[in-house]
Amino acid sequence: MTLQNFITLFAEQFDDTEMDLFTPQTNFKQLDEWSSLVALSVISMVDEEFDKQLTGAELRNANTIEELYRIIESK
Amino acid sequence: MSFLSIKNVKIRGIAACVPSRIEENKDYKELSAEEIEKYIQTTGVQRRHCAIHDGSICTSDLCQKAAEKLISDLKWDKSEIGLLVFVSHTTDYRLPATACVLQDKMGITKNCLAFDVTLGCSGYLLGMGIAGSLLQNGTIKKALVMVGNTQSEYASYHDRSMYLLLGDAGTVTALEYNEQDYDEMDFNYLTDGSGRASVIVPDGGSRNPVNEKSFIQEDYGDGIKRNRLQEKMDGTEVFSFAIHHVPQNFKELMDQIHLNKEDVDYLLIHQANKFLCEKLRKKIGFPPEKCPYNIQEFGNTSGATIPLLMVTNLKKELESKPLTICMTTIGVGFSLGSGCIKTNKIVCPDLMYL
Repeated sequence: MTLQNFITLFAEQFDDTEMDLFTPQTNFKQLDEWSSLVALSVISMVDEEFDKQLTGAELRNANTIEELYRIIESK
Repeated sequence: MSFLSIKNVKIRGIAACVPSRIEENKDYKELSAEEIEKYIQTTGVQRRHCAIHDGSICTSDLCQKAAEKLISDLKWDKSEIGLLVFVSHTTDYRLPATACVLQDKMGITKNCLAFDVTLGCSGYLLGMGIAGSLLQNGTIKKALVMVGNTQSEYASYHDRSMYLLLGDAGTVTALEYNEQDYDEMDFNYLTDGSGRASVIVPDGGSRNPVNEKSFIQEDYGDGIKRNRLQEKMDGTEVFSFAIHHVPQNFKELMDQIHLNKEDVDYLLIHQANKFLCEKLRKKIGFPPEKCPYNIQEFGNTSGATIPLLMVTNLKKELESKPLTICMTTIGVGFSLGSGCIKTNKIVCPDLMYL
């Protein structure tokens, strides 16, 4: 999966955040809408799209969307 | 893979008992009405039946009440019960085993194998697998599997992730050795202890004995405060583990026993929280009408959720016709199990209160 595709899927887990706020460098935990519930949706999306288990610790360790993408790709 | 396939064992009955005392989540003081509404929407938990944890109602009391009624409805003689398994994380004492206490208090024959199994949410499937395996030997004829928890005891009022979620319940399932007329039971288990810190009461065991620091309330941010004798749950880690492993473990079981989803009457999903349950239901691929819920009334009662759900939602069908019921559970450990049992007109008294 390309980074761009991942960003689109990542953005789909949010309801009210503008699409153009999602870039590789977006510090996603700073977004107003970020919450523990959105975190669970991201984990669920990664499971579905990559068939990989993204742990809570891995999610905590990533700051930008690109960092998160690299973590998943390296698994 | 860790499969158990049990034959020559018949499921005779199931009963459950909850504390009559109710806690309404809408009455919680540390969140706004709007926040509570959102919490209820996400987790599904509106109210919970909780004991007052002063020793007046323990898990064993709930299980005992359910068991006395079931034994009487089944017209079982207590001298015939050769196996008593008590599955819980809330035992009467650190020692002796609560199963021994129950044997005496209930007047079950001394010629009985009785022991505790310390497991939480996965407890029902583990207890059924263990008891079924022992009964298959054919020398013990009747068994009680008691599964319950009063773990609201471990929840800090200042930890909404736990406090608004946990309810108490005790259940009992009666099993009988029967070569002619048995109900197939199949289970698949998975254990990953690397997740042990994700759901834990850190102090009070032998690893971290109780000390003065155990009682100090620590601030974990986000309004969450608890001490080290209370339960911590990292909900994100539990979710991550569950969403990845539960559907896989369940599929392995279905493949192993060559069962199609269409031939399953119900899939009972451990009532952890509605958000997780719905994700699991969709990923496993069952329609809503085959996956009942009672989490709104009882919360997460740990190992008791599956048998409690059978009593509250499936009583009429359990009593009147043959059923093929699948189950999935995941929780503290991490310990995970999938199961498929067949039942045929079992005894199922109304839910009891204590």
